[in-house]
Amino acid sequence: MNQLSDRKFIIIGVFILVGLAYISRLFYIQVIDDSYKLDARNQAFRYTTEFPIRGYIYDRNNKLLVYNEAAYDLMVLPKNVKNIDTLDFCELLGITKDQFLKKMKKAIMAPNSPRKESIFEKQLSPTDYASLQEVLYRFPGFFVQSRTLRKYPRKIAAHMLGYIGEADKHTTEKDTYYNEGDYLGISGIEKTYEKVLRGKKGMHIIMKDVNNRDMGSYMNGLYDTAAISGLPLTTTIDADLQEYAEMLMQNKIGSVVAIDPSTGEILAIVTSPTYDPNLFVGRERNKNYVQLSLDSIGKPLFNRSTMASYPPGSTFKLIMALIGLNEGVLTSQTRYPCARGYPPLGGHPKCHPHGSPLDLEGAIGASCNSYFSYVFKSVIDDKKYHDTYKAYANWREIATSFCLGTKTGSDLANELRGNVPSIAYYDKIFGKGSWKASTVISLGIGQNELGITPLQNANLVAIIANKGWYYTPHIVKAINGNPNDTILDRFKVKHYTKIKDTAVYNTVIAGMARAVEAGTAAALKIEGIPYCAKTGTAQNAGKDHSVFVCFAPKDNPKIAIGILIENAGFGATYAGPIARLMMEKYLKGKITRPDLEKKMLETDLIHKDKNAKVTKQQ
Amino acid sequence: MQRSQSNNSIFYNVDWITVLTYLILIFMGWLNIYAAVYNEEHYVITDISQKYGKQLIWISTSLLLAFIILIIDENFYTAFSYLVFGIILFANIAVPYLGREVKGSRSWFRFGDFGIQPAEFMKFAANLALAKFLSNQNIKIADYKNTFLSLLIIGVPCIVIMKLQDETGLAIVFAAFIFTLYREGLSVNYLLLGFLAVVLFILALLINNLYLFIIIGSLCTISLLFIKRNAKNLFIIAAIGLTACSMVRGTTYIYDHMEDHQKIRIDVLLGRGTVDLKKEGYNVNQAKIAIGSGGFVGKGYLKGTQTKYDFVPEQDTDFIFCTVGEEWGFVGSSVVIILQLFLIIRIIFISERQRSPFSRIYGYGVASVLFFHLTVNVGMTIGLAPVIGIPLPFFSYGGSSLWSFTILLFIFIKLDSKRLQILR
Ligand SMILES: [Zn+2]
Repeated sequence: MNQLSDRKFIIIGVFILVGLAYISRLFYIQVIDDSYKLDARNQAFRYTTEFPIRGYIYDRNNKLLVYNEAAYDLMVLPKNVKNIDTLDFCELLGITKDQFLKKMKKAIMAPNSPRKESIFEKQLSPTDYASLQEVLYRFPGFFVQSRTLRKYPRKIAAHMLGYIGEADKHTTEKDTYYNEGDYLGISGIEKTYEKVLRGKKGMHIIMKDVNNRDMGSYMNGLYDTAAISGLPLTTTIDADLQEYAEMLMQNKIGSVVAIDPSTGEILAIVTSPTYDPNLFVGRERNKNYVQLSLDSIGKPLFNRSTMASYPPGSTFKLIMALIGLNEGVLTSQTRYPCARGYPPLGGHPKCHPHGSPLDLEGAIGASCNSYFSYVFKSVIDDKKYHDTYKAYANWREIATSFCLGTKTGSDLANELRGNVPSIAYYDKIFGKGSWKASTVISLGIGQNELGITPLQNANLVAIIANKGWYYTPHIVKAINGNPNDTILDRFKVKHYTKIKDTAVYNTVIAGMARAVEAGTAAALKIEGIPYCAKTGTAQNAGKDHSVFVCFAPKDNPKIAIGILIENAGFGATYAGPIARLMMEKYLKGKITRPDLEKKMLETDLIHKDKNAKVTKQQ
Repeated sequence: MQRSQSNNSIFYNVDWITVLTYLILIFMGWLNIYAAVYNEEHYVITDISQKYGKQLIWISTSLLLAFIILIIDENFYTAFSYLVFGIILFANIAVPYLGREVKGSRSWFRFGDFGIQPAEFMKFAANLALAKFLSNQNIKIADYKNTFLSLLIIGVPCIVIMKLQDETGLAIVFAAFIFTLYREGLSVNYLLLGFLAVVLFILALLINNLYLFIIIGSLCTISLLFIKRNAKNLFIIAAIGLTACSMVRGTTYIYDHMEDHQKIRIDVLLGRGTVDLKKEGYNVNQAKIAIGSGGFVGKGYLKGTQTKYDFVPEQDTDFIFCTVGEEWGFVGSSVVIILQLFLIIRIIFISERQRSPFSRIYGYGVASVLFFHLTVNVGMTIGLAPVIGIPLPFFSYGGSSLWSFTILLFIFIKLDSKRLQILR
């Protein structure tokens, strides 16, 4: 009998063992294994994202540049799609059954999944949305997500503003804030100010029952977060000036940048040809994108103002003059000969016919290649350095302090650095110690490997206008109405060049003033506003680029402009008049030379070859 | 004076720890039924049209029953064991013919809104009869005849409920009495045989039968190397081997003759073939999701989403444990299991302190039945047991089961309180 009562231990042992096994199993499925939690979340909750309103963008006078319009994405969670009347649904959306099946397949296949919601139909119009919304309950698994689309009332500044695109896998891996398909700034200030403009997404948790009916918000919205709207930006752009400049630049390839030298604010930044920013919004976007990218001559998608590197050409002669004066190897009275070119090297670089010899002012006015080759040689062979390398390093350092060969650091997206060749570069090309001033002489006239973006070009003019300093050129003036936002602090730091002697600048400025009073730009005077300018060309494999730099008024300059028109020849022909009209527009608000305006508006440098052919045929 | 007064009290010598555990479990159960059927439109807890309101009636009547059981003289239970067994067995046989059919089930007597399921009461009646039979001094369970008779007391109700009422879950519970029989001297060989049968049943469904035969054959051969090779041992091993092989064949036979829904339940448990989580695998999968999503501390009372929004079927009755798991998490579900086990083991200890074999055997019956319910009910929600519709003691919604468990337990509490008086 005693033996039998011992069996209680075995029985109790079995009971406890089973209990332990169950508790371990519970520990596994409740604590260790997360898949059940995920399943529960997917099946009992619907997470809806509340997309914030993206910040509006204004011009410097609070004129609206970018606003939002509501759009509705039809979303699908394939797992929950069951027992729907497919034909009815297709008819509602105006798609065929084949399209429906294709879309469903896309929603199920990687990177999507039956358990993941994805976009079924993008950007329904408000009217489509309204009619769909009423019957959507009949189609479980489908729901509508509201989004905002960018709208551009003035169709200007496409490159500067940039566009919005959808986050791809790469983006979502880099920044977990984004889910695939979220909108974000891809280029322009939409990109550089993304974090300011985007605001913060909100999340709503809605409970569902087994039949996929909404059962209200989870915990009365305790865990919901509201979307926080993005902040509005006030740009430095003058919309009217920008629009005017774009009009003048139409049918020409090139770029204009206008800066207020006293603040570094960019007043207008034009890349031509440009496009209507509205084309990059909505369902036609991809089609439009392809179409624009097919234009291989105009390349409207190419943002020339910051992405194109041109030889600085005659603008650089101003810098050469400054360096020469500053180094003491040049005075305003220095005269050099010109024999349709630089005599010591047998007439290379070449020059156009003009009186000879010229003094500095005359050389600036005539943009003499020979003169500035002499200046360059005198700087590099400067006795005080005893050494070509030291002299070149000094020259390069000064050039770099004018923001050449280095990014300006503006808030425009994707800025090119440009180029001022380094010693190491020439050593590689010519061999160490095997090159000297005459080897690289055309650097003095802004050719050779020198590269400069239109933005750098305009900044250069601003530096001369300011006599030796600049604020980093920038496009945003205020964030949420606050000009003192810390993000903008870096635009309030004055940068000085290596040339600080204002007398040096005065000499060059006097030369630029002469060019307007009686020189190459004499035909482009503005009544009542004396200004400074330099016309020129930038040598090019094909026809030279037309270049014009200027600032106005001469004293206390309010606007500095750098303009380049590709393959347009002499600066005073096209580039000059456009810059002149812009200055007058900005400073006076009206145009006193409608003839010039009309001529510029009608000039078509892109289609002229085609037009010529057509004329011949007739 | 005071002492004799307390002697006469019906609560004298009642094991309060057991009673308290019972009350705690019932209270927790009711809270969970409330959570399982919780609906913001019916926020009044006592609303009778709602299940938790009804359950409140079941609870109060259960307490009344417990009180009555404690009042009734302890000798009643020993004296009328067979009579009670006979009456309830008769009721079970009669119910398919007399009761009204409800939702395809023929196991209910209906009284308006309320129903009684006599099969639930068969448990304590069979337990009484078994205790009565085995406590007979002349009975030795090792005797084949007596083994057979005790199996009859268990087997007849089991077959009646399974065949006449088609309530597999309620019928299978009678297997729990194997623990009582074991405690009272049933040969270990039977248990080993039973264990072997279960293992082979599972293996036979998972592994190709031919391989299984080969494995059994080689195991028998290998075991010959380790024991004395005489005629007797040889015979035993051969017998075991043949039995095992016939069990494997038998499994296939049994499986083939099962009903489809039973086959599916077994397939789901063993993960055989492809289980469609939308159909046959739905219950278990949803149960696991609900419990699994509870995490360590659960989502909080009334905050379960899986159970509240009807993802889990039968969440207030057989799947009530899902609510526990989801809302109270690992901590809560462990507490429930531990409390239940505590009660069961407490009953075993109390049984062992009985001088009367009747009380001891009855106690083991109570513990065994509770343990069986706990194992199968919780097991099916966490995928460790096949889906068999039996309630979780004190938790699941339903009057019959609550009454049944209360009667079962309180007869034992009454017997225990008189342990000094009852000798047989
Ligand atoms: Zn010349």
